[in-house]
Amino acid sequence: MSRFAKKIVEEKKSTEGIGDTYVLGHNDKFEYAYKSAKGISEARVREISALKEEPEWMLEIRLKALKIFFEKKMPEWGGDMSKINFDEIYYYLKPLNKPGKTWDEVPAEIKATFEKIGVPQAEREALAGVKSQYDSEVIYGSLRKSLSDKGVVFLGMDEGLKQYPDLVKEYFGKVIPMGDNKLAALNTAAWSGGSFVYVPKGVDVELPLQTYFRINSENAGQFERTLIILDEGANLHYIEGCSASSYSSGSLHAAVVEIFVKKGAKMQYTTVQNWYKNVYNLVTKRAWVEEEGLMRWIDGNLGSKLTQKYPCCILAGRKARGEILSIAWAGADQHQDTGAKMIHLAPETTSQILSKSISKGGGRATYRGLVQINKGAKGARSKVVCDALILDSKSRSDTYPTNKIMENESTLEHEAVVSRISEDQLFYLMSRGISEHEAEGMIVNGFLEPVMREVPFEYAIEMNRLVNLEMEGSVG
Amino acid sequence: MNYRATAEGRPYTNMLKIKNLKIEVGGKEILKGVDLEVGKGEVVALMGPNGSGKSSLSNTLMGNPNYEITEGEMIFEGKNIGEMSPDERAGLGIFMAFQYPVAIPGVTVREMLITSLRSRGQEVKAIDVKRQVEEIAKELRISEDLLSRGLNEGFSGGEKKKMEILQMKVLQPKLAILDETDSGLDLDAMNFVAFEVQRQIQQTGMSVILITHYQKMLTLINVDKVAVLKKGLVVDRGGKELIEELGKNGYKKYE
Repeated sequence: MSRFAKKIVEEKKSTEGIGDTYVLGHNDKFEYAYKSAKGISEARVREISALKEEPEWMLEIRLKALKIFFEKKMPEWGGDMSKINFDEIYYYLKPLNKPGKTWDEVPAEIKATFEKIGVPQAEREALAGVKSQYDSEVIYGSLRKSLSDKGVVFLGMDEGLKQYPDLVKEYFGKVIPMGDNKLAALNTAAWSGGSFVYVPKGVDVELPLQTYFRINSENAGQFERTLIILDEGANLHYIEGCSASSYSSGSLHAAVVEIFVKKGAKMQYTTVQNWYKNVYNLVTKRAWVEEEGLMRWIDGNLGSKLTQKYPCCILAGRKARGEILSIAWAGADQHQDTGAKMIHLAPETTSQILSKSISKGGGRATYRGLVQINKGAKGARSKVVCDALILDSKSRSDTYPTNKIMENESTLEHEAVVSRISEDQLFYLMSRGISEHEAEGMIVNGFLEPVMREVPFEYAIEMNRLVNLEMEGSVG
Repeated sequence: MNYRATAEGRPYTNMLKIKNLKIEVGGKEILKGVDLEVGKGEVVALMGPNGSGKSSLSNTLMGNPNYEITEGEMIFEGKNIGEMSPDERAGLGIFMAFQYPVAIPGVTVREMLITSLRSRGQEVKAIDVKRQVEEIAKELRISEDLLSRGLNEGFSGGEKKKMEILQMKVLQPKLAILDETDSGLDLDAMNFVAFEVQRQIQQTGMSVILITHYQKMLTLINVDKVAVLKKGLVVDRGGKELIEELGKNGYKKYE
């Protein structure tokens, strides 16, 4: 409680309703084109594969992965996953028979949802192409003609498999093998939707491509699978946004994102995630970066009940660069267990990790990171900065950095700072006429600014808005 | 209403009246019954040796929660401000240039001032504030790159002090408390700062409580009256002539 004199705070009446500030929690009611029964089994996997009319080899991959999923134990580290009941989840929910090619083809109710989120407007203004995934399937997609003319491919993953089976076969599961972890195995077995992107040699996709993921159904499992291939010298910025309807029982979002950055290519992958506070978000993201390539992960983690996500760059070629900038917001009943992994395999590779977390109202923010510099990666350099801001005494922050340095001729810098909002800072801002509440918000936004400045403007505004929403009711 | 005469014979309207103010910090009594009045447009120099309570008085006026009022009152334009939060006091027109301004990482002075002005109900355009800040920065010889950095983040002592004056110029307070604003400034900078303060007094009729250890500042700003604090009490009062006397003899006579 503040000690500033005679502060008038409107106490929030109750915080019983989780997600009380969540604005995207509505759900659409309509007849799904197909809804599988609950739970996962060999029969269910065969059913999904058959509905998608997949080649035999993909079904084999799915079945093999399913076996691994059943065999593997849940991870013993990280957050509490004991409440996830894999038998209660719907693994395949197909909203429409056919994805829309134009916005007009999308049913009104779903359209309204995406309009509320701001997808079509963003597409008109600042994007080169969009995909909208609704539960299990991509329901709408577009790409500017100038890009498709240059050979850029931007499809839903299912469509990608149909049209480019050879490319998919060559890259699918190559940087994230199905046995990587239990959730990656589940994704490989049950995947549906996600994006397939190919950018040919030397093509610069000047405007971002965006996919928006929406979970609408209760107990839905969303297992999108994204594969992005940047050929030599290509340049791409890909953005994903996420939200979900508010249900009392949780949904599961277990995505796998694989990225290949060829020689001299530059890739930025920006995530603005705002899941409802009951979603388990357990995601594996990894990029393979070749000579002089650049991979940047920008990761904004808001919402969800538990997020476990550690974007990774495998710096495989000389002078490859990796950057991971992330923000995690852990509010009441939330655990953000996030971080980054940098694997230096080649000489003169460089990496930078900047992680900013905020915990409030009993939330828990965990940074879990790995920097590995293999023998032979001479001249490799890595810098890790993780800052945590804890807004009240109920909340918690932990840092688990792991460094495996096997090459003497390399450098690693690591800084970790845990801070609280100081009374001096509040007094200073208040002496300028700013209310205590607003001053807190200002300090929080200032803390996040080094990451926000790397996020495209419209998304930074959106993230600021989400942060300010989260700050509401945080006083007192 | 309380009227007194200015140097030019114009009456001052009373603005701030501090009556028998006693404060504690961590259970220790710092001010032991201070009386002080500041008229509209009046410049009051608050002098005294280190630890006499000058900064404590400033902080108490601004509402720093570490300073607990145990007795007495502070009346600003007829309102008792003792129970008000710092932002409410700022809203009435009180401003303090901090002795040790804290850093606010990631928040530029412009962003802060925009929020500050809007909190006071002023409808300002971001672009106008930006221009104004740039102009004032030029006058105060504040280098432009400081404007895009987090406020006071990695600033030198002098840069921080100039930034406080920049804020004062944008916010246009009725009463400015300048808490050792001159310390950390070189002679040139002190001249610019004093010039800007003096100009604002003339243009807006701002009142000032000026706290300083140095004679120089007191010759650059036109002081109307002087109060000497020692061990939490006002031990002397006078006009400009007192400044010179203290300059020569120090505070020995109050031993």
